Amino acid sequence: MTDKKVKVYSTSTCPYCTTLKAFLEQNNIPFENIDVGEDKVGLEEMMKKSGQMGVPVVDIDGKIIVGFDKEKISKELGIGR
Amino acid sequence: MKRYDLIIVGAGSAGITAAIYASRQKLNFLIITMDIGGQTTLSGDIENYTGYQFITGPELVGKFKEHLDKFGIELKENERVTHVEKKRNYVEVTSEKGIYQSKTFIIASGRTPRNLNVEGEEKFKNRGLTYCATCDGPLFAEKEVAVIGGGNSGLDATLQLVRIAKKIHLIEIEPQLKADSIMVEKAKESEKVTLHTSTRVERISGDTFVKEIEISKEGKREKLNVEGVFVEIGSIPNSGFVEGIVKNKFGEIVVDCTCRTNLDGILAAGDVTNVYAKQIIVACGEGAKAAIAASDYLNR
Repeated sequence: MTDKKVKVYSTSTCPYCTTLKAFLEQNNIPFENIDVGEDKVGLEEMMKKSGQMGVPVVDIDGKIIVGFDKEKISKELGIGR
Repeated sequence: MKRYDLIIVGAGSAGITAAIYASRQKLNFLIITMDIGGQTTLSGDIENYTGYQFITGPELVGKFKEHLDKFGIELKENERVTHVEKKRNYVEVTSEKGIYQSKTFIIASGRTPRNLNVEGEEKFKNRGLTYCATCDGPLFAEKEVAVIGGGNSGLDATLQLVRIAKKIHLIEIEPQLKADSIMVEKAKESEKVTLHTSTRVERISGDTFVKEIEISKEGKREKLNVEGVFVEIGSIPNSGFVEGIVKNKFGEIVVDCTCRTNLDGILAAGDVTNVYAKQIIVACGEGAKAAIAASDYLNR
């Protein structure tokens, strides 16, 4: 378990977003999901934070990870330790 | 160094099926892959995979993964294989993270979307330019966008975007669209779609994100104010890392009907090869054949 604040920027159609969210759920990591296909403010926020438009983007306590990079995300959240 | 019976590179439909067969043959093997699912993950609706009248790409990959997990397979994910060399009686596999040895090797590395090779493409990748309409389409709600490529994947992207974007420029370099006519008719019916045939993309520009593209038609240049560019001009095989392997003029690895390549003990399966029909179900079948061929080779 982590006490870090996790935000996922995703779209409903993106397969890697689905994989990422399933991965977090499997590891009991609570997260806030922002559907940037629906939420324009959320999209702006994601573009500003990551400097790009590809989804998914994960914000872990301010640390931005673009794409479903399982290794980086696991390391940041202490999964599999 | 540990010497595996088999190493499989790639975990798309071909690689996963090869792994299932290899497990059942009790081979001591390893999969090295960038991701699970490959191109199938990016497929929208699948209606021609036997047993499923309708399933989405990610759902089918979920089923594949579930099947694979049953066997407790050794799998290295997020790892790119950079060099493979056939030695006298084994294969040496080099990745970004290590060196491995095996007696046989299956190449199931699939394909990657083809680049446009124009100015601005690299800079604006994921900054308005994308190769996955399914993933990124919803980001362009009410925006003006361009789809490059008039084949089936270009038309598939266009039809997805009709529901989302404000206006879509469909750009094809040839005088005619190559996609199935049912899709072309649908696209033409939409008032949102403007067709540009015999048109080449010259440049993509903007600041942090895409703002416009420059196109040329019969020598005349024109600028289009678009915020999204969807590149859908086919794919290229990921076949560049095996030393001395024979490929055809498309860069596809040449295999015989038992998935053998010109290198003894090295097999190839799925879309990376010259196999007829690049289909999920075909790739699965090829993966099965390759694993059986690897097993035969080991028993020889």
